[in-house]
Amino acid sequence: MIRAEHLTKRFGTFTAISDVSFEVQAGEIVGFLGPNGAGKSTTMRILGGVFPPTSGSAQVAGFDVARQSLQARQVVGYFPERVALYLDMTVREYLDYVADMKGVAGKQKGHDIDRALDSCVIGHVAHRLIGTLSKGFRQRVGIAQALVGRPRVLILDEPTAGLDPEQVAEVRKLIRQLRGEGTVILSTHILSEVEATCDRVIIINRGQILAVDTPSNLNQRLRKKSRIQLEVRAPVEALQSCLQSLPGILAIEPGYATSDGVTSLTVSTDPDRDLRAEIATAIIDARWDLLELRAVTLSLEDIFLTLVHRPPTPIPSVQH
Amino acid sequence: MKFLVVCRRELRSYFSSYIAYVLLAVFLLLTGGFFYSWLRYFILFGGFVLPSGLWQQVYLDMRYCAMIVLPLLTMRLFSEEKKLGTIELLWTYPVSDIEVLAGKFLAAWLFYLLMLLPTAVGPFIFYHFYPFALAPFLSGYLGMVLLGTAFIACGIFVSCLTENQVVSAMGTYAILIFFWYVTWNEAVAGIDVVHILLKLSLFDRFLNFARGVIDTQDIAFFVLFIFFFLFLSLQSLGARKWRGVSTGI
Ligand SMILES: Nc1ncnc2c1ncn2[C@@H]1O[C@H](COP(=O)(O)OP(=O)(O)OP(=O)(O)O)[C@@H](O)[C@H]1O
Ligand SMILES: [Mg+2]
Repeated sequence: MIRAEHLTKRFGTFTAISDVSFEVQAGEIVGFLGPNGAGKSTTMRILGGVFPPTSGSAQVAGFDVARQSLQARQVVGYFPERVALYLDMTVREYLDYVADMKGVAGKQKGHDIDRALDSCVIGHVAHRLIGTLSKGFRQRVGIAQALVGRPRVLILDEPTAGLDPEQVAEVRKLIRQLRGEGTVILSTHILSEVEATCDRVIIINRGQILAVDTPSNLNQRLRKKSRIQLEVRAPVEALQSCLQSLPGILAIEPGYATSDGVTSLTVSTDPDRDLRAEIATAIIDARWDLLELRAVTLSLEDIFLTLVHRPPTPIPSVQH
Repeated sequence: MKFLVVCRRELRSYFSSYIAYVLLAVFLLLTGGFFYSWLRYFILFGGFVLPSGLWQQVYLDMRYCAMIVLPLLTMRLFSEEKKLGTIELLWTYPVSDIEVLAGKFLAAWLFYLLMLLPTAVGPFIFYHFYPFALAPFLSGYLGMVLLGTAFIACGIFVSCLTENQVVSAMGTYAILIFFWYVTWNEAVAGIDVVHILLKLSLFDRFLNFARGVIDTQDIAFFVLFIFFFLFLSLQSLGARKWRGVSTGI
């Protein structure tokens, strides 16, 4: 549904993104993840038709965003990073204008607008001036505006930025509801957002793609060891020496005793072996109370930091 | 037909922000005042050759009113959208740059015609008492339409260049004053230069219309002038393709 091939965008001599390639299948929700200035918005703008790439090409629903810009834009709904709406219009008037701009006419228009109002839960403010709405509501109007015209591809640039936690949850719910209706590509620098909403994640930093995978695969692929968190009612030293005797244990982080003689510690194990059963048996055999045994998955946060701070592979500087 | 959608939104924005009413009031007060005083002047001191007398004076003053008011009308067209950031969304809709430009241009132009219309009320009443030849009178209006359209084209171009509305208006004044200066500074430049410059003078071209003389060369000049600035505007809008869009607030 979306295909980007070797996208490069330069502003003057500054290269905002270089050689960005990825594909998004129909019906997928893909997250674009990267720190500030990574080139997320630049990529999104290229896909949304705001400006063409300097080199490389991108297709949306089979239309080239540079050469068939109008057709490509016809199938795209775009939510900009900087939500700027016409403040002197009411929500409904605005959506009506958007529908006209997208060429939605007749019955379809009223229907689309009603649906967008519904999806974004802004029906009750439909007759308010946009200028009098709070930021959260404007944000929703921005999303509603993207939904008008039933775009097959939705491009959402930081849809939850600047919202309070409750609204963030609402918007994420809304995005999840869009699953199946179309293809969604959203950008964010919040990791939990990707985990919460996306099928796949594209990690970008300094204009280059670092990794493309599902959140769980990334987790798998990048972790060098498995970690298990334990809580046992046992003396610290005894527990540590007991665990040390087990095969496959790589390291034991020094535990600490909590109240009533409970010891809490984390063991690192070989990633290919699941040692949870062995550990449990060993503890039970020693007649200690096993209070907690939990595999610690590496958070996307850790992965992200590992990737981002990995020394960048030298970029062959593109000169023409 | 999307340019009509753009045009409609611009027009409603003029009226909802009261710019429309203020500019309309200023324009009508000024033009009405000038018409009234010139009419009194010619009634008192005679001068019954209307084209070279009353009409010429009235139109020459009316063009200043247009020059004062029109840059204030066009200054927001692109500057405001750039400043607010609404322009980014505009570029993601399936609408070409030409249509966006055409819609905004049309909105300002229609509004200008709307401003021009009531200025005919004075002459209309005058006609009742003193039926005059209509052709020279209408020639002046043709000149006003062409001149105003040229101002609008110029103003739109400057508004494509900046996100600051004050700069937009000032820049337009600067360009218009340059084309005016070209007329009255004949004495300063060498005679050859003046010859070329005079051909470029908007205001000299307008003089013929004000006197009731319609010359196709003058019309061609205005049309060329208008298309030249619209072309520049289009180029300026296209510049986002390598310059990007503003991301700041
Ligand atoms: N019009 C422009 N002119 C010059 N440089 C630009 C322009 N637009 C973006 N850039 C630069 O390109 C780089 C990538 O910007 P981009 O907006 O894509 O980042 P981002 O990943 O969206 O960051 P953020 O999370 O802060 O939104 C930044 O360094 C930015 O300064
Ligand atoms: Mg961004």
